[in-house]
Amino acid sequence: MIELRGIARTFRVGDQQVHALRDVDLDIGRGEYLSLMGPSGSGKSTLLNVIGLLDRASGGRYRFCGEDVTDLDDAALAQIRRQRIGFVFQAFHLVPRLTTAQNVAVPLLLGEVPAAERRERVAEQLAAFGLSDRAHHLPEQLSGGQRQRAAIARATIARPEVLLADEPTGNLDRRTGEEVVAVLEKLQQGGLTLIVVTHDPDLGRRATRRLRMQDGRLVADEAGAAAQEGA
Amino acid sequence: MKLRDQLRFAAQNVLAARWRTLWIVLAMAIGTAGVVLLTWLGESGRRYVTDQFASLGTDLVIVLPGRSETTGGAPPILGETARDLTLDDALALQRSHAVRRVAPIQAGSVTVARGNRSREAMVLGSTAELLEVRRLHLAAGAFLPPGDPHRSTPVCVLGATLARELFGNDPVLGAWVRLGDRRFRVIGLLANEGRSLGTDLDEVVVVPVAASMALFDREGMFRVLVEAGSREVVPTVVAHVERSIAARHEGENDVTVITQAAVLGTFDGILRALTLAVAGIAAISLVVAGILVLNVMVVSVTQRRVEVGLLKALGAAPATILQVFLWEAVLLSFLGAGSGLLGSEVVSRVAASFVPELNGDPPAWAAGAALLVAVGIGVAFGTGPAVRAARLDPVAALARR
Ligand SMILES: Nc1ncnc2c1ncn2[C@@H]1O[C@H](COP(=O)(O)OP(=O)(O)OP(=O)(O)O)[C@@H](O)[C@H]1O
Ligand SMILES: [Mg+2]
Repeated sequence: MIELRGIARTFRVGDQQVHALRDVDLDIGRGEYLSLMGPSGSGKSTLLNVIGLLDRASGGRYRFCGEDVTDLDDAALAQIRRQRIGFVFQAFHLVPRLTTAQNVAVPLLLGEVPAAERRERVAEQLAAFGLSDRAHHLPEQLSGGQRQRAAIARATIARPEVLLADEPTGNLDRRTGEEVVAVLEKLQQGGLTLIVVTHDPDLGRRATRRLRMQDGRLVADEAGAAAQEGA
Repeated sequence: MKLRDQLRFAAQNVLAARWRTLWIVLAMAIGTAGVVLLTWLGESGRRYVTDQFASLGTDLVIVLPGRSETTGGAPPILGETARDLTLDDALALQRSHAVRRVAPIQAGSVTVARGNRSREAMVLGSTAELLEVRRLHLAAGAFLPPGDPHRSTPVCVLGATLARELFGNDPVLGAWVRLGDRRFRVIGLLANEGRSLGTDLDEVVVVPVAASMALFDREGMFRVLVEAGSREVVPTVVAHVERSIAARHEGENDVTVITQAAVLGTFDGILRALTLAVAGIAAISLVVAGILVLNVMVVSVTQRRVEVGLLKALGAAPATILQVFLWEAVLLSFLGAGSGLLGSEVVSRVAASFVPELNGDPPAWAAGAALLVAVGIGVAFGTGPAVRAARLDPVAALARR
């Protein structure tokens, strides 16, 4: 469902060209579980942002679900993000002034889902993520794990096809991190395509397909049988 | 995003930043209240002045000696005009069905004395008709006697203040006063009239016109007041006056005719323009409030870069971001303007209870215009920051610090 061909991304810093991505070719099928690893600055986040249509490639072509999205305008890209892509960030990025329920509801607001249906779906989602009793708490009143679960609940409430997680456990301790990973993997088993950027080799090994980046290039792409070894 | 949800989202932002909201609402409120209250003051003033004129009757025609192009200009001084406007000229004006009353007026300053008390006062020489034409009221006694205006009877009517100064608590009616070197008997007392068209009626002494002609040794009238039968026939009266005078002055129409309605219209126009000018100045304070909106919105966008990036990641189109921020600006302006209108309502009620001349409500058009200008300014100054938010690069915004 994701086809990258010769994707490049360059940044201009002063009169220097920074090549964050160089000639990346990548095909990802529906329902796959990928991990993306590599040293800092190797271009992992940049690749994830390009896949998530949050950033535009400087070169190459991108087909998403069979549609060439390389030249779509911002509004069209926003619509695809709204309907088919979910993001999870290391820093959670919950809106501090909104309650858990309100944060989770934001994608439904953007999708113009009627209020009654919205309430119902938010309640279901909060229950599924074990956050029902935190519905009316502000983010600052939640623990790190709860915040990330709320963020994942938000990222998936609009029923996207792809979930992109950039170091989702980076701000969490090991135990909480494992809990969050379990949540993500459960969603993947439900049919979601999951791509996780991580520095944690144990976490990376859990994926069925492991990508490694270096200097803006994909240097390894291996299928691993190690997935679900704990489960 | 639906309009309702956009509004709610914007309202949440406005409420979350309480202090910021308070300041901006205050600034907007002061600007709006300024526009409304100043317009109200101007309008009250205009109404007060025009009411004053109207109380003299809009069916009044004033005839001045000499031809002058600008209405309301000072009448030419004696000797400059080719011909005096005489008492007979004035009386001749009575000969028309359209004319109800005619009151010739001579005016001059003399020393008024009673015993050892004396002071300068304005003498008005006129006829019995003046009472009705100028809508004067008597506190006691009688006004000038009717009868042949050519007869000089040594009687006078005193203004309220002048009488008090000359007589204190002594009885006034029937007493004698000296005007220059002549003696007059006081037959009447004017009620408190206040100023009217530049003459303090409380400080005058009214005598028969023949007496003042002798007193000043002058034939010419200062002016002649002609009261039309009704407002509709004022033009007929004007034509009649011009024809009569021309006939009596060997074909020369050497008088200036002012209608009360024209003076009223002129004043009305001037005061209205003044009101608008003052309201316009007040509107500038709204622009200042708009700059505050700009400042606050810029800060808001900067502080919420991450949130904007997140909204974009969640699939908000640039237009949605723009709208949400614009609604925030509109909401702030609306709250401000609304409080301003409320405030001006309160202030105007309180002020009106102390100053009865300030009657009536602030004009609705001023309130409407102020509201519109306030919201317009909010949108105008909010657009820049909102566009900036809509254009924000989500990757940069979401990047950790
Ligand atoms: N907005 C930008 N302007 C300039 N250079 C950038 C920008 N974003 C990324 N880069 C550069 O692109 C390269 C890849 O960055 P990227 O954030 O994708 O790395 P990463 O693999 O996610 O690193 P980390 O593991 O530290 O998150 C880096 O050299 C980085 O400095
Ligand atoms: Mg990164």
